[in-house]
Amino acid sequence: MEEMPVRIEKSKIVSCFHCGEGCEDELLVRDEKNFCCTGCLTVYEVLNENNLCDYYDIEVTPGTNLKEQEIRDNRFDYLDDEDVINKLIDFRDEEQTHVTFTIPMIHCASCIWLLENLYKLDPGVTFSRVDFIKKKVQIKFSSKETSLKSIVKLLSRIGYEPRINLSDLGEERGLKSDKKLIYQLAVAGFCFGNMMFFSLPEYFSETELLGNGFNHLFNYLNILLALPVVFYSATDYFRSAWLAVRNRSVNMDVPIALGIISLFTYSLFEIFVTGQEGYLDTLGGLLFFLLVGKYYQQKTFDTLSFDRDYKAYFPIAITKMVKDREVVIPLTKLDVGDIVKVRNEELVPADSLLLDAKASIDYSFVTGEAIPVPVKKGELIYAGGRQKGGAIKLAVQKSPSQGYLTDLWNHDAFSKEEQKDSLASLANQISGKFTFTVLFIAFGALIYWGFSDVSIGVKAFTSVLIITCPCALAMSTPFTLGNVMRIFGKGGFYLKNTQVIEKLAGIDSLVFDKTGTLTAPSKAKVSYQGENLSEVSKRMIKALVNYSVHPLSNSINQWLGNIDPVLLHEVEEIPGKGLQAKYKSKTISLGSALFLGVGPTDNAGNMGNEVHLVIDGMYWGVFRIASSIREGIEKMVPDLANSYEVHLLSGDHNHEEQYLKKALGENVSMHFQQSPKSKLAHIRNMQEDRKRVLMVGDGLNDAGALKASEVGIAVTDNISHFSPASDGILDGGKLNHLPDYLDFAKTGRKIIKASFGLSFTYNAVGIFFAVQGLVSPVLCAILMPASSISVVLFTTIATNFQAYRKGLNDKEMILWK
Amino acid sequence: MEVIFVLIGISLVMAGGFLWLFFKAMKGGQFDDQHTPAIRILFDQKTKSKANKKPPKKKK
Repeated sequence: MEEMPVRIEKSKIVSCFHCGEGCEDELLVRDEKNFCCTGCLTVYEVLNENNLCDYYDIEVTPGTNLKEQEIRDNRFDYLDDEDVINKLIDFRDEEQTHVTFTIPMIHCASCIWLLENLYKLDPGVTFSRVDFIKKKVQIKFSSKETSLKSIVKLLSRIGYEPRINLSDLGEERGLKSDKKLIYQLAVAGFCFGNMMFFSLPEYFSETELLGNGFNHLFNYLNILLALPVVFYSATDYFRSAWLAVRNRSVNMDVPIALGIISLFTYSLFEIFVTGQEGYLDTLGGLLFFLLVGKYYQQKTFDTLSFDRDYKAYFPIAITKMVKDREVVIPLTKLDVGDIVKVRNEELVPADSLLLDAKASIDYSFVTGEAIPVPVKKGELIYAGGRQKGGAIKLAVQKSPSQGYLTDLWNHDAFSKEEQKDSLASLANQISGKFTFTVLFIAFGALIYWGFSDVSIGVKAFTSVLIITCPCALAMSTPFTLGNVMRIFGKGGFYLKNTQVIEKLAGIDSLVFDKTGTLTAPSKAKVSYQGENLSEVSKRMIKALVNYSVHPLSNSINQWLGNIDPVLLHEVEEIPGKGLQAKYKSKTISLGSALFLGVGPTDNAGNMGNEVHLVIDGMYWGVFRIASSIREGIEKMVPDLANSYEVHLLSGDHNHEEQYLKKALGENVSMHFQQSPKSKLAHIRNMQEDRKRVLMVGDGLNDAGALKASEVGIAVTDNISHFSPASDGILDGGKLNHLPDYLDFAKTGRKIIKASFGLSFTYNAVGIFFAVQGLVSPVLCAILMPASSISVVLFTTIATNFQAYRKGLNDKEMILWK
Repeated sequence: MEVIFVLIGISLVMAGGFLWLFFKAMKGGQFDDQHTPAIRILFDQKTKSKANKKPPKKKK
């Protein structure tokens, strides 16, 4: 009943009881409740029948809009296939099956409630549990009473269609590395705490009070506690350091591993040979803090997957024709020679020949060109094209993994090679030198003292290694970058890892893709020029464009707004050319200049695509449709062009060049009709001129360029959509903040340098005492954690303060829908 | 002062016990999802849930 006031306030437009959107197109009433579409109504009916209307009490209008839901009965038929089932489920025995679905629609408490009461809708379900953050639901069901297919069908009927990807089928899921880190952290924390406990008396020279026996006991207990730290918690550092050494490079983990080993062996030496207390408590503290830093970093972002490949794009199942009968099979079982049926708005899964008379294929996904290409019977359609219009039949020519698109994807040039020295991150460069310097000083001290007193020499050698153990150095980078990444994440900018930030700071050229990146696909700008349109002609045009799914028609449709279409007859769509229909005695046609035979026009080609209107042979006017630029870009790009070299690459024709020049400024160099390969080549050329390039793109057609550039950022309006392999994902609406992000990456670099300075100071002081053999365990124990903690505090406060000053920190967290 | 030996033993056993409990909780999935249970506990159980079939134990 809480909905009542809401509805009265919005008295003009009634909002749907299920999804809360306005009932503009149609209004369905059931039980005195309003629904905007049959989809929403069906869900309500299903829930009502099963006494599940609590769903609507927990949150107001909890549902998702179902207007655009695909309703085809057999589209889940592939879930009957044994192979598919085996790949999707987690566990199965004779009685029950466990399966985990990802459901992007989960967004409120009602969703949780409904999904966890699934057993009321399907008695075969014995258990269902939602993980809200991960948007997953784990379902256990009895294999005898229900099936995977019927559960998926049920979920999609109540508006919670699970997302099932082909790439899910391809590989094993479930990485447990996250948990391992927590175990390591727990062990390190436990051991560290207890070691501190046993070492405390030493700090205050209280051991003498307790007597020598205790001293020894404490030392041996410390060794016992240090074993799991070294041999369990530290294993990842050893592994990483070993890998780096084997590849003849030095990374951050080498000095850490070296420090751990020297601390441990020297402490053993001290305890067993010289009878002193060693530095095991320091060792425990070092690992504990290091792992905390690592966990913090990992926690910052682990939910996004950046490396989804082309498979995530493709449909999971395809309708195959077997003797005039439709069979739905999983895509993996598609063979060359199969006849498949592709419906409106479906992707062509493999390179195939067209068997029907004509088709209209939208390759925007591959080339970036938004206008569909007409294809005639017998011509080849490449994988990745999207059919616009009626269903077509195709004969498959190549298996999905050999098509043009996959070729493109697997092109050698497209794979980003692992970091070379030139790209090695700041921290690694410094830590490499650092390690050598420390070793040099340590050996110097050893040799110097070696002439007079060997025991002081050994002490100086090891204390140099220990006191300079680069824990402050090692922690400043992950903490700063982790912080920067978290702040970026708040602003809708998600990075693959922290190294990207360092690379981002060194960028000097920017390359933008046009379609979908700078321009928002949904917001085309329509202008009309010609005779005045009467109300009736507007309604006629509205009716006409309603018949077409062509993007230009859609744009005109939107432009016309909410008017009543008239009833037309003899509507005919000539794909790729135009539309024609009769209204009363009038003939109305809409389409390209060529199709209508109207003389085009000297001013053609300056502003977007043109659609001409002819009524009864009389030329009326022209609609110009220009892709519209995202908000804030007009300011952002010229600003960026002042400090960076800015390029624009587009798969489109150059008909918008003048408009773009005007909007984006003259400093942008523009390149049109770029194929994915020429985009890649463009980036390569720039890199040969020693430019460090940031590529901002969106579609698969940019995938190569995104990979080749130093930093590739994929722009997306919807996170559950595919994004090509990239270094970062940026929310489309936040693209205008890109200069801030670039700026902040540089600030981050400065903060790291400052904290390096800080820890170098600590180290210098430490070395000064250490080479003289003056370091006592107390000093070591105090200096080390103090330096680490102060560096961590410094970076955390500095990054947050800078973010606050730049206004990046106070934005609300963006929740992806 | 010999009582310290006993105390150390007890403290280690206790701390180790907590570590073990933490591991057990971790393995049992108690930390997998820290958000949903907070919402779940607020749902009313209006109907007598006759379908209170025992959720099958995890077999892994």
